[in-house]
Amino acid sequence: MDIELMINSLPKLLGATVITLKLLSASLIVGLIIGLLFAILRLNKNIIVNRFAYGYSYVFRGTPLLVQIFIIYFGLGQIEYLRSTFLWVVLKEPYWCAIIAFALNTGAYTSEILRSAFQTIKPGIVEAGKSLGIPNKIIFYKIQIPIAIRQSLPAYGNEIILMMKGTSLASTVTLMDLTGVAKYIISTTFKPIEVFIVAGSIYLFMTFCIHNLIKFLEKKYSF
Amino acid sequence: MELLSFGDTGWGDELLIATLMTIAVSVTAMLVGFLFALIFTPLKLSKNKFFNFIANSYTTIIRGVPELLVIYLFFFGGTGAVMFVASIFGYNEYIEINAFITGAFAIGIISGAYSTEVFRGAIQSIDKGQFEAVKVLGLSKFQQFFKIILPQTLRLAIPNLSNVWQITLKDTSLISVTGLVEIMRQSYIAAGSTRDPLFFYSFAAVLYLLLTFLSMKLINRLEVRYSKGY
Amino acid sequence: MNILRKTVFSVLASLLIIGNVFAADKIRIGTEGAYPPWNSKDASGKLIGFEVELAYTLCRYIGKQCEIVEQDWDGMIPALIMRKFDAIMAGMSITDERKKAISFSQGYADEVASLAVMKGSDLEGMKTPKGIGLSSPNSDAKKALKTITAALAGKTVCTQIGTIHQNFLESGDVGKINLRTYKTQDEVNLDLASGRCDVALAAAVAFTDYAQKSGKSVVLVGPTFSGGAFGNGVGVGIRQDDTELLKVFNQAINKARKNGDISRIATKWFGFDASM
Repeated sequence: MDIELMINSLPKLLGATVITLKLLSASLIVGLIIGLLFAILRLNKNIIVNRFAYGYSYVFRGTPLLVQIFIIYFGLGQIEYLRSTFLWVVLKEPYWCAIIAFALNTGAYTSEILRSAFQTIKPGIVEAGKSLGIPNKIIFYKIQIPIAIRQSLPAYGNEIILMMKGTSLASTVTLMDLTGVAKYIISTTFKPIEVFIVAGSIYLFMTFCIHNLIKFLEKKYSF
Repeated sequence: MELLSFGDTGWGDELLIATLMTIAVSVTAMLVGFLFALIFTPLKLSKNKFFNFIANSYTTIIRGVPELLVIYLFFFGGTGAVMFVASIFGYNEYIEINAFITGAFAIGIISGAYSTEVFRGAIQSIDKGQFEAVKVLGLSKFQQFFKIILPQTLRLAIPNLSNVWQITLKDTSLISVTGLVEIMRQSYIAAGSTRDPLFFYSFAAVLYLLLTFLSMKLINRLEVRYSKGY
Repeated sequence: MNILRKTVFSVLASLLIIGNVFAADKIRIGTEGAYPPWNSKDASGKLIGFEVELAYTLCRYIGKQCEIVEQDWDGMIPALIMRKFDAIMAGMSITDERKKAISFSQGYADEVASLAVMKGSDLEGMKTPKGIGLSSPNSDAKKALKTITAALAGKTVCTQIGTIHQNFLESGDVGKINLRTYKTQDEVNLDLASGRCDVALAAAVAFTDYAQKSGKSVVLVGPTFSGGAFGNGVGVGIRQDDTELLKVFNQAINKARKNGDISRIATKWFGFDASM
């Protein structure tokens, strides 16, 4: 066991972890907004809107994240027309391409989590609000959404961890995140086990933190 | 559309073979996963603290670390790792590795961690009364497990196992690292050769959706079959 | 537990038997298949190129059958060590760093590296000598490096991962740049053509080949590089404990060189004699 290598590679790996965290937080924030939007669309009575939202979630959950990121980075980069528009400023950078892919992906899973959370809210609560004369909009924002968020916490915590693992795919489009740097060190030193232990531990530590954060939020927001 | 034709100029035949390869790796990985679950689920449920620790380490580590990293570990440390695992079972000779084995094994280990959790949950949610009843009836341990407990476990586990299957199927796209020609790799080759990544990666997405769709239909049939009598 | 052990063992064993490859009398040679004109694939997927043809010639001299195996560049050396194949012929330059992990035969061909841009880039017409050697750089070479450093400052430079080109760009000889590394030369070419990269670094022939095949206006700029971080020619990579195979390959290369095979095949694929 090459301990020296493990110690030497730690600073590089920690530096790359910053990129991983940046990707993760940006993707989660945008993904949450997309997820909330599509969850609401899914609950809409209009069948076209409903089906559209379902289609989005079906496609992004039924295809591998790798395919999605390749389509956005390589596929869109190939279209000559796109290169002349202002969109190219964004699509030119692998960083933004990755975030778009990750956000769309987590958005699909998040929308499913939120949708099922909304649907399991006891109708009695909404009826109680209506009978008290509270306007629908307020019921939605002040009652339904907080309850839905609380219900989704365990499943969403899982989703955060899945997305953290998903960021490792950024290494396939030139971004040097934790996995990308780990792979580089492995391929130049041929010591896969040592590097796996260090990089894996960093990921496990992040998993541990996320897990505890969710547990804390669950306690704080329990009714 | 001619890009997809069969024969020398079109990529249709290569993509078809790649799709079959994806299915083959996924199925093999799923089975390898079941093998691991068979070992680790009892360890997880055991009263022995040490066994618990081993099993929990397995599921926590494998589910908490990116799949790519696990695949790199197996790809770059392949011979060593597999030979190490095999030597536990007494096989000490040199082992030749090919991409299929490496890939299926790596994905299998990942799949196994999820399957272990599913089986554990399923067994734990079976009414305690069932366990007591089989003991009282005086059935042998073997009969206890296979004739009574296992069928009930499967019924509870199938919905979650279908999730594990979806995960396994999509994870096979990551094996392109090892050079195995499954859907992702073939699309990569075709895209590079024709310089049309948009078409081929989109088509790859369609292929995966097709596989997902067909899997769901098949699994629904299984669910119905195992729910008979409830 | 005993039944379990046996079941697991037999499943593993049968998996291994399925995957087992017996390679007694063949020499398996690994190549990338994505680095024309050194090695690439034709429309039907068959491996072709300078090294593929040279490999068959060398095996003929050795007197054994050859099998060419495809392997991704970033896993090339690990695959050799893992015994996926017995020799590497993939445009791999002989460098001290690589020698730590594997042995090399004598060099059979050389390549020069060059920077490339799309036509119209402001880097065109860089004032440097035609070629510089970096093993013991003279004042001209040093001046050229300064010119290049100034020109590349802050630009996005792309190259293939795990190559001598990456080593050079990271060595500090060209100062601070925004380096992007890609899995294959093809991806480098794609991003250079789409404008994601300001400039790319690779073997000069790789760019001229791409320009020719794709019709894109890729232009070489600056001097051609050789020596120093760029290694000492391309050789056959062999496992360090495979001394017999190394001897046999060196003998074959000598014969091939004496008979003019290397020059002939090189001229056919490169358009000039790149042999060593």
